[in-house]
Amino acid sequence: MKAKIKITLKNGVLDPQGKAIEGAVKGLGISGVGDVRQGKYIEVDLSETDPTKAKAIVEQMCKDLLANTVIENYSYEIG
Amino acid sequence: MLRASVIVFPGSNCDRDVETAITRVTGFAPKMVWHGDASVPASDVIVLPGGFSYGDYLRCGAMAAHSPIMKDVIAKANAGTPVIGICNGFQVLCEAGLLPGALLRNASLHFICRDVFLKVENDTSFFTKCYRKDEVIKVPIAHGEGNYFADEETLNRLEGEGRVAFRYSDADGNVSAETCPNGAQRNIAGITNETGRVLGMMPHPERLYENALGGTDGRRVFESILLSTLEAA
Repeated sequence: MKAKIKITLKNGVLDPQGKAIEGAVKGLGISGVGDVRQGKYIEVDLSETDPTKAKAIVEQMCKDLLANTVIENYSYEIG
Repeated sequence: MLRASVIVFPGSNCDRDVETAITRVTGFAPKMVWHGDASVPASDVIVLPGGFSYGDYLRCGAMAAHSPIMKDVIAKANAGTPVIGICNGFQVLCEAGLLPGALLRNASLHFICRDVFLKVENDTSFFTKCYRKDEVIKVPIAHGEGNYFADEETLNRLEGEGRVAFRYSDADGNVSAETCPNGAQRNIAGITNETGRVLGMMPHPERLYENALGGTDGRRVFESILLSTLEAA
């Protein structure tokens, strides 16, 4: 199975990289661009085949390492 | 006698600076301990040095916080061994859960390497007792991610419990948004844990401990370590 994990900064946490990207995108002359937030995308191959067990494994890796829950949220799909 | 241990991670680059500072200021050379070791020798103080452990992969300090040696560092810290994290070491302490909050990318997005003024807020902790409250010192910073973040409740608790050790200020001790180099909340440059025996700070005291280096304002961190250790002996 493969876990596809998205990590994003929580609302209210300053994202200066997102702001810089926003400025650059607007600099391209593209109109209609609002707030830009940058995050991370991580793919993990899993040997586990049971979806419930795989979910528990992914939860643990997200909480313990992949995301810092002081500043970040995470979400994932397993398939 | 001072038994200090400096943890060396792959990518640490201030480990030998802090080794030299401890040796020159206290007269006792620290042990250098590799991150892959399972345990830290019995120590009066453990130092997590500055640098770019694991190349800052994932988040600054995130990988180092899970390296083999950290299990014992956390256990010893929880048992009362003093631990200081400088710059990347501060980031590691936050990632390891020994200090609250996190260090974000500087608000300006720039890596900042220059001397800054700090207002001393806490002059009673293990690491700061040789300073005087409200005095202003000058110590360099060198980081891209020193923007201290914590939720309001945590910030209020840190302030209420006297756990803010240093704040970014001007030369007269004024603390404002203008005197904050990196966007850190409430100008926080360094904090301690509940007992004052774990300190994390972004500025580098090991870079200014004798006049040949341009100043001595960082020296008293190491004098505090020695004094606190001798007092407890």
